[in-house]
Amino acid sequence: MNPANKTSDKVISLAGVSKCYGSETVVSDVSFTIQSGECVVLVGHNGAGKTTLMKMMLGLTRPTAGNVEVLGSNPAMSTAVAQHKTLGYLPESVAFYEAMTGREVLTFYARLKGASLSNCDNLLDIVGLSHAAKRRVGTYSKGMRQRLGLAQAMLGSPQLLFLDEPTTGLDPSLRHQFYELIDALHKEGATSLISSHALNEVEARANRFIIMKAGIMIASGSLDELYQQAALPVRLKVSVTPGEAASVADRLGAEINISEINNQTLKMSCFNGDKMPLIRRITDLGDVVNDLQIMPPKLDEVYNHFMSGKQIDGGQS
Amino acid sequence: MKMLWILAMKELRDGLRNRWIAAAIIVLGTLALVLSLLGSAPTGSIKASAMDISVISLASLSVYLIPLIALMLSFDALVGEFERGTMMLLLTYPVTRWQVIMGKFLGHVLILCIAIFAGYGGAMLIMTFVTDASMDGWQAYISMMMSSLLLGAIFIALGYLVSIFVKERATAAGTAIGLWLVFVVLYDLLLFGVLLIDEGQIIGQQLFSMLMLVSPTDTYRILNLSMFDGVSQAAGIAGIASEAGMSASLLIGVMLLWVVTPLAATLLIFQRREL
Repeated sequence: MNPANKTSDKVISLAGVSKCYGSETVVSDVSFTIQSGECVVLVGHNGAGKTTLMKMMLGLTRPTAGNVEVLGSNPAMSTAVAQHKTLGYLPESVAFYEAMTGREVLTFYARLKGASLSNCDNLLDIVGLSHAAKRRVGTYSKGMRQRLGLAQAMLGSPQLLFLDEPTTGLDPSLRHQFYELIDALHKEGATSLISSHALNEVEARANRFIIMKAGIMIASGSLDELYQQAALPVRLKVSVTPGEAASVADRLGAEINISEINNQTLKMSCFNGDKMPLIRRITDLGDVVNDLQIMPPKLDEVYNHFMSGKQIDGGQS
Repeated sequence: MKMLWILAMKELRDGLRNRWIAAAIIVLGTLALVLSLLGSAPTGSIKASAMDISVISLASLSVYLIPLIALMLSFDALVGEFERGTMMLLLTYPVTRWQVIMGKFLGHVLILCIAIFAGYGGAMLIMTFVTDASMDGWQAYISMMMSSLLLGAIFIALGYLVSIFVKERATAAGTAIGLWLVFVVLYDLLLFGVLLIDEGQIIGQQLFSMLMLVSPTDTYRILNLSMFDGVSQAAGIAGIASEAGMSASLLIGVMLLWVVTPLAATLLIFQRREL
């Protein structure tokens, strides 16, 4: 969304991409670009088309209409295969060759990618699988498979990462570790596209969100931009000298939307654009105001707003 | 080329790990040994060497066994990876789809190669201590092993075609067995049935030769039973192939075509497949 580097380092660009399976449209007219070094999160419910979008960017499926360009070429062409050296992918439900051990799986993939084999043990260590490296993958639990999946996606320090629901099945500490790994790759200039339905988890990491619903891209932008697009009310909680709440409400005027009022607190809401004037009016009230809390809309609310396609209650006309 | 080798080595290791290669060596070796030792007894008046007899009996056995082993190796190769979901991840690595197919093919042919040469070859070594063999007999035996490998390669390729065509592993297994029945049993039965009814009226020698060349198993049989004098005399079909204008290179050419065609078809379908 930053126009300054729009053309400079385009890693992924989709233009009018649609995908139909028979009569069912899974992705419909999606366009966006991702710049080098960005961390973009694809958000949406199951079946929103996130996985299909990733598969098209990986060249596993071809779009029914539109153009996909990854690292400067069409991923569905066999010539794009050489670029797969610099990308890592973690599928939604990752499957491995069950009869191989964890280490065998990782070294097999490392060989294919031309990555250093000596790094495999290190990666197994990072994802906490070194104790199970010599066990057959068939005996691994869901979480262990996911960790092995992460390890293979990290092989060869990828420049571009596609992570489909990466943290499902990971415990909180491993989740944290996982995001540290992603951060480290980002510092080296890697670009990543992460799909998730847990918004709060990725909120701090992502530069940008792309919200998908039933195959349609319904919103895209940074967190701030999404807040603006959603135009959700900001909530304010004002604490006043006990007993003064009613008079404060009078002084603020009838046009202020006060949702709750009791002896010493008032809860009100306003749109982002009206926020500063309202705050000034409150501070102008003088010593009667003890405290003022400003609560921006929660990310969940923004998400729900886009998902339900209607405003969340509490706004003023 | 490096990619092909990595993929082939993976298949080979799989074959070693699940004892598949070991089992195939034991089966082929034991049968070869039993047949050769039994076969060396009744050579009697027709002056056939034990080696020639072995080639005849092993070639007849291989027609059944090698396609079965090859199909067992290959029917699961693609549909299994699609079904388990490992193919999707594999294709996000820097490998092209033709490399995936050819790498697997190379690996499976190597597995079969080890099984045939260790099994049949081991039996051959033991036989050299038991019987005396002519140079011609040796050649016939070695060419039997090579053509068995070629026959195996044909059915590996056919197995891939089945594997890319169907949606489920169970269907692939069923289709593979059907394929085996058709090529190994039914086609010959049908051909001989038609010949009996026809009594040489429509189907002359030319057409008959053509019909034999249609089936890769028959081509294999002709190649082994009629290309070496000692063997063809012992088999009682001396000179049949040369009379019908079939040279060894023609027969091998036909067999190679049977390898290339299903492989190419598999690749074509795979290229269009969306995951």
